Amino acid sequence: MKPHAFDYLRADSAEEAVGQLRELGPDARILAGGQSLIPILNMRLAKPTALIDISRVDDLNYVRAERGMLVIGAAVTQASVEWRPGLAREVPLLAQVFPFIAHFQIRNRGTVCGSVAHADPSAELPLVLVALGGEVILRSASRRRTVAASDFFQDMLVTACAPDELIEEVRFPLTGVDRRTAFTEFSTRRGDFAIVSAAAIADADGVRVAVGGVAGRPDLVRLPRGLSDADLEAALNDFAWELEAQDDVHASAKFRRHLVRRLCAQVVRQVTENK
Amino acid sequence: MKELVRDALHLVRLELNGVGRSGMCESRTLLSDFLRESLGATGTHVGCEHGICGACTVQIDGIATRSCLTLAVQADGRRVTTVEGLCDFDGPMSDLQEAFHRNHALQCGFCTAGILMSCADFLRRCPNPTEAEVREMLSGHLCRCTGYTPIVRAVLETAAARRSAHLSPAMDR
Repeated sequence: MKPHAFDYLRADSAEEAVGQLRELGPDARILAGGQSLIPILNMRLAKPTALIDISRVDDLNYVRAERGMLVIGAAVTQASVEWRPGLAREVPLLAQVFPFIAHFQIRNRGTVCGSVAHADPSAELPLVLVALGGEVILRSASRRRTVAASDFFQDMLVTACAPDELIEEVRFPLTGVDRRTAFTEFSTRRGDFAIVSAAAIADADGVRVAVGGVAGRPDLVRLPRGLSDADLEAALNDFAWELEAQDDVHASAKFRRHLVRRLCAQVVRQVTENK
Repeated sequence: MKELVRDALHLVRLELNGVGRSGMCESRTLLSDFLRESLGATGTHVGCEHGICGACTVQIDGIATRSCLTLAVQADGRRVTTVEGLCDFDGPMSDLQEAFHRNHALQCGFCTAGILMSCADFLRRCPNPTEAEVREMLSGHLCRCTGYTPIVRAVLETAAARRSAHLSPAMDR
């Protein structure tokens, strides 16, 4: 349980980090909080030749509310967003989700962008980013581009981030408290990866529901307002079958579909029922 | 930019429990191994080495962190606090440690060093926690013998004692 040998480079700026990514090629990896990457290194599931540590890069350590978005730089820990005063008014869904993400001790060091970069299909932050229609800003030595969350996540651990690109920041829409949101998940133990997770956000036209843990990436379904219980059940059943659930050691595909129907119904009711 | 090549030893300097310490390690050395093997600070225990069990939890600049998920070179120049730093070597135990003792919040003690480091950070940031919040924080630690009830009790008791000490007139002077 010790990592393979690698060169370690501690970047002082984002520019330096992307310069090193270009120079070292695809065998170099960005290290920020390391809470997803270092377990993989310890288990030798990955053997990068070099790590580029961005955890001390000041120009990647910022959280700002601007132009309708909560903008979070690559070096920002999950805890520093979780403990941000006013988060529950800015992006209530994020505030609802943080207690479910790993553990207190992991969130203290793990970064928001790192979880997005890792793209585990059952991770909560990718789910929230997709549910809210957020954005990922990718920066290489020669360009910077904005990718919608729904295009960024492609499959299990596969994203639109090219080998020479750094996730510079992610942007969560500032939904405010007027649009109701809800989140729930099922896992065998607190803090474990969710077997299925579900988030709902209400808007003028209806409810947007996102599900994680079933397919290779978070999936979305839109439901119109005012569905009867029977219609909601039917719509969620269709959605559950669309997701191509797989059997694995944690749960059968059948159980996952069951959880999709149950958890989605629960969060939809939470955001639509009269208070 | 600091560059440390693989397969070579590099100097890491940090402040361990208030004392400046240094040692040599590879770029891939985990902080948990550096503390135990290079600095001889064996109070920090190593359980699973992939971030699940919480036994290796230490504080970096006061923040509870898994030392098995941190490279030693990442702690270079930082302030690291381990269980050895909670009280003086021969001095009285801290209020949190006393509460663990009083409540029988440990049996074999393997997980305790990590739990104490989490609780100490948590209580500083959340001095008036609910039981649910304490349990959420403790979910990052596996204890295989005591069960969590006495640990939760010890944390809540410490929080309550600190609040009443803070509110008492004697402390206001």
